[in-house]
Amino acid sequence: MVGRLSPLRIKLLRDLVRLWAQALAIALVMAAGVATLILGVGAYNSLDRTRTAYYEANRFADIFASVTRAPRSLGDAVARIAGVLDVDLRIARHAILDVPDMAEPGTAMMISLPGPGGLNQLYLRAGRFPEPQAKSEVAVSEGFAKAHGFSPGAQFAVLMNGQRRVVTITGIVLSPEYIYALGPGDMMPDERRFGVVWMQEDALAAAYDLDGAFSSLLIKLAPGASAERVIAQLDLILARYGGVGAVGRKDQLSHAFLNAELNQLRAMSRVLPPIFLIVAAFLVNMTLNRLVTLEREQIGLLKALGYGPWAIARHYVEFVIVIALMGALIGCVAGAWLGVGLAQMYARFFNFPFLIFSRSPDVYAISTLVTAVAAVLGAVHAVSTVAWLPPAVAMAPPAPVRYRRLFGNAFDPTVLISQSMVMVARHLLRFPVRTASSVLGVGFAVSILVGSLWSFASIERMIDISFARAERQDATLSFAQARPQAALYAVQHMQGVLVAEPFRIAGVRIGHDQVSRQIALTGKPAMPDLSRVLGLDETAMLLPEDGVILSEALAQILNVRVGDRVEIAVLEGDRRRVWVPVSGISLGYLGLNAFMRLDVLNRLLGEGAMISGANVSFDPHAVSAFYQDVKATPQAGSLALLKVSLQRFRATMAQNLWIMITVYTTLAAIIAVGVVYNAARISLSEQGRELASLRVLGFTRAEVAGLLYSELAAVVVLAQPLGWAIGYGFALAMVRGFASELYRVPLVIGPAVYAVASLVVVAAAFASALLLRQRINRLDLIEVLKTRE
Amino acid sequence: MAEGNAQGGKTEAFGAEVFRVRGLTKTYHSGEVEVQALRGVDFSARAGEFVVILGPSGSGKSTFLNLVGGLDSATSGQAWFLDHELTALTDAGLTRYRRDHVGFVFQFYNLVPSLTARENVRLVTEIARRPMRPEDALAMVGLQDRMDHFPAQLSGGEQQRVAIARAIAKNPEVLLCDEPTGALDSQTGIKVLQALLAVNDAVGATTLVITHNVAIADIAHRVVRFANGGIVGDAVNPTRKKAEEVSW
Repeated sequence: MVGRLSPLRIKLLRDLVRLWAQALAIALVMAAGVATLILGVGAYNSLDRTRTAYYEANRFADIFASVTRAPRSLGDAVARIAGVLDVDLRIARHAILDVPDMAEPGTAMMISLPGPGGLNQLYLRAGRFPEPQAKSEVAVSEGFAKAHGFSPGAQFAVLMNGQRRVVTITGIVLSPEYIYALGPGDMMPDERRFGVVWMQEDALAAAYDLDGAFSSLLIKLAPGASAERVIAQLDLILARYGGVGAVGRKDQLSHAFLNAELNQLRAMSRVLPPIFLIVAAFLVNMTLNRLVTLEREQIGLLKALGYGPWAIARHYVEFVIVIALMGALIGCVAGAWLGVGLAQMYARFFNFPFLIFSRSPDVYAISTLVTAVAAVLGAVHAVSTVAWLPPAVAMAPPAPVRYRRLFGNAFDPTVLISQSMVMVARHLLRFPVRTASSVLGVGFAVSILVGSLWSFASIERMIDISFARAERQDATLSFAQARPQAALYAVQHMQGVLVAEPFRIAGVRIGHDQVSRQIALTGKPAMPDLSRVLGLDETAMLLPEDGVILSEALAQILNVRVGDRVEIAVLEGDRRRVWVPVSGISLGYLGLNAFMRLDVLNRLLGEGAMISGANVSFDPHAVSAFYQDVKATPQAGSLALLKVSLQRFRATMAQNLWIMITVYTTLAAIIAVGVVYNAARISLSEQGRELASLRVLGFTRAEVAGLLYSELAAVVVLAQPLGWAIGYGFALAMVRGFASELYRVPLVIGPAVYAVASLVVVAAAFASALLLRQRINRLDLIEVLKTRE
Repeated sequence: MAEGNAQGGKTEAFGAEVFRVRGLTKTYHSGEVEVQALRGVDFSARAGEFVVILGPSGSGKSTFLNLVGGLDSATSGQAWFLDHELTALTDAGLTRYRRDHVGFVFQFYNLVPSLTARENVRLVTEIARRPMRPEDALAMVGLQDRMDHFPAQLSGGEQQRVAIARAIAKNPEVLLCDEPTGALDSQTGIKVLQALLAVNDAVGATTLVITHNVAIADIAHRVVRFANGGIVGDAVNPTRKKAEEVSW
């Protein structure tokens, strides 16, 4: 086999065998780039295609609207709006859940079952759909069923409009509307406490007094129709019936959260692979430069024998392409494997009925090609320096390396430090580009860690601000409909309640200049004690006598400052429009919020002193009594228990934390080892002769190794601040990229993040230095004395 | 070999016996081939002696120098430096020996290219037990004016003199030179030999110089000839020439 290969190819194979460790280190860096690309793009495509297929198969609506109560006859008017393909009228209301294995009351979204050919079709996972005449049969969302171990036949109770009804599960289903199932008032999914329950429409109509009426409307648009135009006309039609503004898919909660997640995924797959490919390119450059320097005479000889410059260039380019292909292969396998894992992780977190794995060959082809191009780019400089030299010049030894004194002749600091350190410093400074790229490479390793680990501290801060300092209530009890102020006393008298604080929520459209957003405007007491509004300085704000406080994100979107006036169009009641001054900007990371004093908001709404619910703090010893009372309260619409959800969220996060730390640590270690090991090998190759000479002069092995290690240490130390800075940049870019109207993440990078990032990289560098110790010990003392370099 | 012992008696003008070698053998294994580089060499040298070792390539003279210099270990036999048995030392022991007692000069100078002449010397004085000032060592070889030049800025002869300065700056008991003029032309080579003689005179280090250049033998106290891995001749020069009197 070898006999049939050309001599240059045989040389190539032998070079690869001889330099296998360096080649592998480079290939692994490339593999990491390919893997992250395939992983990111693959998972993104898988989820995107899965979602599209799911939406299509189950006829997911394009526009969503809710009303208090509207006659079914309105459906015809809506269907006549230009661009509307299909309209589905249904009933959707919140109910309190009373589940045997759960002390606290949960919240159910009660939805009428879609008819045949209706929109938002359900995907049946187990059992059957409820029979048309069976008023107590329901289908429930899979996440909820799983959280309680429900299978068809199981029973639980719901409190609909104050009436308790025991229902029987016949089917377990998934809905494209609840891929991300967030309960009312919740900030993170908790499918134990939030379930979606589908039952026959007439059963719901009877319970909610909606005979011949609907409360929720879905629209499927004709291809090419404008959602904005349809929404505008729809809002006009629904306004009289308590319509609070329709939303398109992009604002549909589940869809929007999924989008945010997909965007993050895409952002990661745009940041990481280029880093690895850049590092790989410069590793190729570094290694090949050394190789051609060592083989200069052979190259001259080959040229003297009649090989042209292109043949020589091709030989070295083939060498790096083989390495690139090795890296691409490892990366493709790892990426494909990890991609499936990641997509499955997402599929578990989001409720998809199936998962379409995207294994489009183009992603693999493109990443292999990109890797090969990066490798060749890295090789260009090294190859071009020798392939075109005249043979006679190439065969002569290269001109000796010129060193310079560190500070010219004016001042000689070398008397102050040991000569071995002078050697280290001069060698590093003699090859500034290489030193700089090594520093940058190791810096990248640090930055990958800083750029990923910060998020945990930031999420902690988000939690701290949101739940420990702003929302300090134990529970938020929302009424099904706004009730007179007196309802607060009923809440205050529930068992276990220590403090109850009223709030009022109104759907409004808030705008300034051309920009407007549909949000929930919250009214609170002037100086709330439980659910507080925090200023940008993190202190509690006093709600003003007039004016509105906007959350930072909303103020930015509307481009307003304190003192500016915003237009508030109330989307309920008599739909007033008023101009009010912005009296403050509040801190907040979740959603777009606006706050007013309760009485001011009530005046604006013109319905008298009404409240939407109460924030409650309760005696932990009387929790079950409180829960019982809630379940027995007819007016209760839903109960949010932020702190309970928070615990579950933390548990999920802790799990993800370890997965993430493992992945990013591995990635960073691959870069660090790749760079440090290659830099050390090249340094050893260049200075092997000097180091062996030092051994002859009586330097111990440890002293000689120390020289090489000092050089590596200098690179690694210099790389730390650079890596921190780049990592901070990554984090900042990510924070900006992630910021959506649903949530934004504060950028908090504590010293621990920098410390962990540096420790991991230093450990990786240390490990690669140890790998080299054997080679240093094997330095041939006699050989170096016999040969001129 | 008996000749070597007999000649030993005539070097009593010198100090104590510095090197004592008995039955030193070195066998190299390269693949399946076994090469006997040294076949039972006996040798001794006294303090302050200047010995030239002659022999063709492959005669074993470099192997011998490597063994007494502590750069390699013998297959069998014994070698003593004063009261240290070199053949019994570990790698760490040999390193210690080279560091404290031996100065080396090689054909290709083996200077550190990133250090100036002065710094190359300082590299050794930093780790030596009783060093001289680097400047003094360089002055001794006539390089007081080129101390701040890098090796690349010096001629071959100058580089070799830096190597000599580096070798003697630790005040070594022995100075081992392997073809110190091998890479130099005759005129430059003579300057290097002058430096070696001056140093031998001033420091009193036992000096072993390996060469295949017969002309150099005339400057030695004693000439040892190697062939086929053994010593075939050991003679004291009745009269020594000065360095500038030899030529090749």
